Amino acid sequence: MIVREGKSVFKGVAIGSIFVYRKAEKAVNKVEIEDTAAELARFQAAKAKGLEQLKGLYEKARVDVGEEEAMIFDVHQMLMEDLDYNESITGIIEGEKMNAEYAVFMTGEQMAAMFLSMDDDYMRGRAADIHDISDRLISILNGTQVSPEAMPEPVIIVAEDLAPSETVQFDKSKLLAIVTQKGSANSHTAILARTMNIPSLVTTDIEIDQEYHGRQAVVDGFAGLIYIDPDEETMAKMVEKKRKADEQRALLQEMKGKETVTQSGKHIHLYSNIGGVGDVDAVLENDSEGIGLFRSEFLYLGCDDYPSEEVQFEAYKTVLSRMNGKKVIIRTLDIGADKQIDYFDLPKEENPALGYRAIRICLTREDVFKTQLRALFRASAFGNLGIMFPMIISVKEIEKIKKIVEEVKLELAREDQAVGDVELGIMIETPAAAVTSDLLAPHVDFFSIGTNDLSQYTLAIDRQNQSLDDFFDPHHEAILRLIQMTIENAHKYGAWCGICGELGADEELTAKFVQMGIDELSVSPGYTLDLRKRIREC
Amino acid sequence: MKSFTYTIQDELGIHARPAGMLAKAAAAYKSVVTIDNGTKKADAKRLMAIMSMGVKKGHTVTVTVEGEDEDTAAAAMEEFFKTNL
Repeated sequence: MIVREGKSVFKGVAIGSIFVYRKAEKAVNKVEIEDTAAELARFQAAKAKGLEQLKGLYEKARVDVGEEEAMIFDVHQMLMEDLDYNESITGIIEGEKMNAEYAVFMTGEQMAAMFLSMDDDYMRGRAADIHDISDRLISILNGTQVSPEAMPEPVIIVAEDLAPSETVQFDKSKLLAIVTQKGSANSHTAILARTMNIPSLVTTDIEIDQEYHGRQAVVDGFAGLIYIDPDEETMAKMVEKKRKADEQRALLQEMKGKETVTQSGKHIHLYSNIGGVGDVDAVLENDSEGIGLFRSEFLYLGCDDYPSEEVQFEAYKTVLSRMNGKKVIIRTLDIGADKQIDYFDLPKEENPALGYRAIRICLTREDVFKTQLRALFRASAFGNLGIMFPMIISVKEIEKIKKIVEEVKLELAREDQAVGDVELGIMIETPAAAVTSDLLAPHVDFFSIGTNDLSQYTLAIDRQNQSLDDFFDPHHEAILRLIQMTIENAHKYGAWCGICGELGADEELTAKFVQMGIDELSVSPGYTLDLRKRIREC
Repeated sequence: MKSFTYTIQDELGIHARPAGMLAKAAAAYKSVVTIDNGTKKADAKRLMAIMSMGVKKGHTVTVTVEGEDEDTAAAAMEEFFKTNL
């Protein structure tokens, strides 16, 4: 078994035989010519044919991958008609009395070099487009064809690199995966592969060796690996991985873009729980409608000192901008108990779950709390932000929080910093908060029920003690009653109510939550589509 | 001579496709249309020249139009920027 590694541009698994694809040799000879007029006419004829081919490719791509991705061939037509490009070519033919192939080749190299020197990834990527149109013209002039050899059965293409026009020319039904030695995740080929749902690896350390032709292989787009001649164990694992991935894809096809509404027509906000900026990709991929719980601890964990306002601001702003106006609820620092951070220098406690943690730290360490609130409110100008506070047990705490929030807003206003409209909410994760939710609701915009802590505090069972598993019943009537009470009290005072704990993804309870009047469910991105399907059945 | 300034709103800046459309739109007029971003200038009828300016979102460009049909050309160019960029 041979294993090679690349950068994955589409998560999926493909199993099949390898087809080593090589471009036709495009040697360009430099020939001096006599009749420049005839050579110019030859170039114009080739250009007309090239434009015609591109129009055809545009139509094919439009059907195969859609209007947006087909645009690249529209751009290729425009590039081929560009004045600078054409003047340079005709200039070399007329001025230097050189053949059209050479004139196109030199011009293409020059223009591509100009794009490659630019300080912009997107523009550097356009060099490949210039090469693509120049190769097309040269092939037409030479009389060589660009079209790939016919493939008898579905294959995994292994190539040095592929131009977008080559990628789209492959018969889609015969294309299992693409593995290239070069290329980038932003290239049009990568984008096309993603749109066509084809597992693909770029910048792979694979040899373009005819030896590989026809050999069995597996492309694992999750791990970015290609296995050539996989052993039995790997094969069995990959077959299973492929089955799961295919299932997920089918669900995605079925549920993506669909509304999360119940049978009776109520819309449930289906949000995601995330623990870092990197998780936003998964949120968007799974068509989630927002972020219901963004744990801000990741900014504090794994560093040696308190994260600055600026570091926090950048992280929050990135998430808000990427969510593009969709709701993002960020929970303020929730450490203590099972999450310890050295530089906070928290004293050892007998009973950390009932100890100095979460909002209790923030309200006694106002400096730390204010830094986070300043960063949050500054970021609020870049999207649709909600802030929620963990471990609340009383109205007094909310009043303290609101006083600090007002101070922070005043500070920012004095500094002329822009802030957006922000919803303020609290976690309902203590029995105290659930039982007095009628007193808390008038002071907030929303409740988010943290079922993990609420269960352990209500049942007096430590989640981390496995020997208690037999006693733990996540569907215990006490928990369900507290949830029902919380939802009812929220609605009584015009607040909305969601669940962001593990119970939110428990499909056995979905119908019950809907019946109780839940407004929002926030779950791991991977559960989003399953849960949407379930909600639509309720 | 007519001129106007415009701040680019498009997320990708003046990327390939709008640049191509811009070149086509500018070519419909006799006037010389020039785009200036403060450091570089380009003839709006030349796609690669426009792209090589590397104009990004938030950049402000000055567009000047000079020629016999400058009034209609300038209006059309301004409309083009507002709609596409």
